[in-house]
Amino acid sequence: MTLIHVTTTVNGDEVEFLADPRETLLDCLRDKLGLTGAKEGCGTGDCGACSVTVDGRLVCSCLVLGVEAQGKTIETVEGIADGEKLHPLQRKFIEHAALQCGICTPGILVAAKALLAQNPDPTEEEVRYWLAGNLCRCTGYDKIIRAVLDAAAEMREGA
Amino acid sequence: MVKVHLWSGLRRFTDGADVVEVEAKTVGEMMKALVEAHPGLDPVIKAGVSVSVDGKLIARGLHETVSEGSEVFLLRQLKGG
Amino acid sequence: MPLDSKTTGFKYIGTRPDRPDGIDKVTGKARYGADAYAPGMLHGVMIRSPHAHAKIKRIDASKALALKGVKAVVTRADFPTGLEGEDWNIQENCMAGEVALYDGHAVAAVAATSLLLAREAAKLIEVEYEVLPHVTDVDEAMKPGAPAIRAGAADYSVPEGLHPNVMRYIEYGHGDLEAGFAAADLVMENTYKTEATHQGYIEPHACLAQLGSDGKGEMWVCTQGHWFIRRMSAAVLGIDVANLRVTPSEIGGGFGGKTTVFIEPVALALSRKAGKPVKMVMTRSEVLRATGPTSSSSIDVKMGMKKDGTMTAAKVTMRMQGGAFPMAPIDSALDCAFSCYNIPAVHHEGYDVLANRPKQAAYRAPGSPMAAFATESLVDEMCRALGLDPLKTRLKNASREGTKASFGPTFPRIGLVETLEAALAHPHYAAPLGPNKGRGVASGYWMNWGGETSVSAALGEDGSMTVSVGTPDIGGSRASMALMAAEALGIPYENVRVNIADTGSLGVNEPTHGSRATYATGLATIEAVKQISTKLCQRAADKWGIPAEAVIWEDGCAKPSGLNAGEFPPLTIGELAAEMGGTGGPISGHFEATPSGHGGSFGTHIVDVEVDPETGHTSVLRYTVVQDAGKAIHPAYVEGQFQGGAAQGIGWALNEEYIYGADGRLQNTVFLDYRIPVASDLPMIDTVIVEVPNPGHPYGVRGVGETGITPPLPAVANAVHGAAGVRLRSLPMSPPRILAAIKAKG
Repeated sequence: MTLIHVTTTVNGDEVEFLADPRETLLDCLRDKLGLTGAKEGCGTGDCGACSVTVDGRLVCSCLVLGVEAQGKTIETVEGIADGEKLHPLQRKFIEHAALQCGICTPGILVAAKALLAQNPDPTEEEVRYWLAGNLCRCTGYDKIIRAVLDAAAEMREGA
Repeated sequence: MVKVHLWSGLRRFTDGADVVEVEAKTVGEMMKALVEAHPGLDPVIKAGVSVSVDGKLIARGLHETVSEGSEVFLLRQLKGG
Repeated sequence: MPLDSKTTGFKYIGTRPDRPDGIDKVTGKARYGADAYAPGMLHGVMIRSPHAHAKIKRIDASKALALKGVKAVVTRADFPTGLEGEDWNIQENCMAGEVALYDGHAVAAVAATSLLLAREAAKLIEVEYEVLPHVTDVDEAMKPGAPAIRAGAADYSVPEGLHPNVMRYIEYGHGDLEAGFAAADLVMENTYKTEATHQGYIEPHACLAQLGSDGKGEMWVCTQGHWFIRRMSAAVLGIDVANLRVTPSEIGGGFGGKTTVFIEPVALALSRKAGKPVKMVMTRSEVLRATGPTSSSSIDVKMGMKKDGTMTAAKVTMRMQGGAFPMAPIDSALDCAFSCYNIPAVHHEGYDVLANRPKQAAYRAPGSPMAAFATESLVDEMCRALGLDPLKTRLKNASREGTKASFGPTFPRIGLVETLEAALAHPHYAAPLGPNKGRGVASGYWMNWGGETSVSAALGEDGSMTVSVGTPDIGGSRASMALMAAEALGIPYENVRVNIADTGSLGVNEPTHGSRATYATGLATIEAVKQISTKLCQRAADKWGIPAEAVIWEDGCAKPSGLNAGEFPPLTIGELAAEMGGTGGPISGHFEATPSGHGGSFGTHIVDVEVDPETGHTSVLRYTVVQDAGKAIHPAYVEGQFQGGAAQGIGWALNEEYIYGADGRLQNTVFLDYRIPVASDLPMIDTVIVEVPNPGHPYGVRGVGETGITPPLPAVANAVHGAAGVRLRSLPMSPPRILAAIKAKG
């Protein structure tokens, strides 16, 4: 099958790669761009471990084809920190021990950041329903929710 | 002599005894002595057992000491997860 | 290992510093099983049986091998023969021999230059099967007429006359059962059933394997225990363990399911045949179909109780299937069944049965949740019948130090009573409940583990410390090890760097399982760094010209032990380290042992639920975990274990199950249909850490990881009874089942 040349922007950088039209955006980010932060937990869009944003919209990158990235703006977990300065969400996750194995953490951070971008003051219930598409098997979600709410509060104060 | 408590399902190998007395200073010696006294216990030991000595669960420590007053139980082998 | 003099007054133990691998894990830098790449690597794909039970007549890979880019195909013929016992079972599970034993059983594998090509090639491999009758239910598998999955393999323990699918039989107990039941005012007996569930780790199994024709190889793999992986892979492939160096990646969850091998020996075999590294990653469907879910169980339990709640006798019979292989966890299930109670007469009976299902693997306190579901549900039913408070009844009968355990030995110091008292006093227990709401309580136990442990610590030239351990960090254990090292040496937590070393760098280590890492690796870490402080005292003594016995180690410094020793200002670890090359050489400490002083952990849970009478849906409104940690090294990670175990238990109680069709195929092979709890399913999970120190660890640590999954199954069932007035004795209590029970009640 002929490979297709894709040019796209990932975490602010213009990048290009060759994609088999059957490859997912997740495959391309990981195998061609070296961005292994997004993880494949299920391949069917059920676990959210592959979450990224495409033109600001939260998606499961396992459900987007690599070739669909052409001309779009993509943000992954690798783009959340500003150089060595962690985002409040990242700091709060560490502070609240909101990760145990950490495999779901990249997806949840991307999802939580997308939530706070459109709702800076969510209730606990709103955070839970927004994150319902991100499975975690280790934490029972308690410390994750606390970390997101705490980060939101800090971001509102700083705003 | 050390008193070794066996689980009741093993009675058929020990002529009905639940407690067998053997001469041993370590867990390893104890297992050997048990099989010598009751050869029917050989497949049991080979299949894998744990030993409890005074409440401490010993999975593989054949060198662990046992003495006359120790409370020793032969137990089914356990695995974690 | 005797308890240190202190279990209080710690400087670092019990604090909540940032975990050392935190930044890597929140920035996507941490590398997990599938995050490794090697130049020239191939991609491996497994070909799996679509039949629950079938003879493999013929495998023809010619069409696949003809594709450009396909480099190797392996079948069982590429593996050595002559293995015995569990080694044979593992080999048979990794790659079927003459018979495919379950839907998803691996029958062949192919390696190609791309994953897409490997998948295409897999479809071209022709396998001819002769389908055989199958059985997937544990009770059905014991009945006359059920297909015999492995004839003549029952061990010495199985009495005559049982179906050949019964692999092992266990029977034990003590006391006068008949007299005990006769003395009771109420005798109740019921059958409880649980279905198989999967550990549900979000990261599928993945490895990058390299094996040369000379039998030397390396492997990167997500695992709970790389020495186990090394030993099992070496056995399955017929190579020496020292010739295979296994490096653990970060691991995305295990819960017991990653303590064994599935794809690893096959990836190594492909690599050897192709002469290139092979990367193999399971899909989610493969994980559910063909890794190691836990057993399903069918349990008859009977108990006698006096009017005042005193338990007089108890009897349990368990039937468990562990797939098409022996070793379903009936041993630990039975040991845990009545472990919470001091009952004068107890009897246990267990059957380990084969079924055409995948080979079970450990899942967090293997066997204990099923046993607790049966016993703790029955206790609840009896308390309701007698009008007794469920927590006070448990307290009345609770096992304590000096109690003869249901499984035989006398309990040493344990903390069940403390958890029950804390639960009774907790505001959750007294909070009011409204309509359609119910509250359930339950207790649970796991004995925990010691196991082979090797730790090495090395002093840096600037006084900072490197600690190399062999237990992968699944839930924050690097932080706990660093805290223990810091405490033992009196140096700052930030000056300790914990590495998870590969199999070539340390002696044998058992996996991170059995709730053993904080206990065993922790104990070894303390002893290893103490060797270093002892050596540093010798260096200071040499420098001061006084005997080594006259030097003590305190607050990160070598000091004279008293005025008689001489007046010398303290020498810091940094000062001594800077000179070590010239004062005797590099300084390291190490510790190797199979410690056996681990202490068991008891827990008591309280849960409130609301059941919708029109849909049968259960909402979990409030949850409290009370559990004995002995000594919480890093309380946040102890709380995390409590909460995680509760969440898995809730999923098991309310929704998770393996659904097999009439054709013996697994029906729910994706996360949409094997639905684990999501964020919107759960409330905040409150935790109470009880600390009854374990005398077998210098700081009193008890493992905590596993006990937490045990009480939720019965606690939720008890709460559902309170909320909807129906008693479900079969898990999961999914909405259609609760609704059917409500309707049947009328």
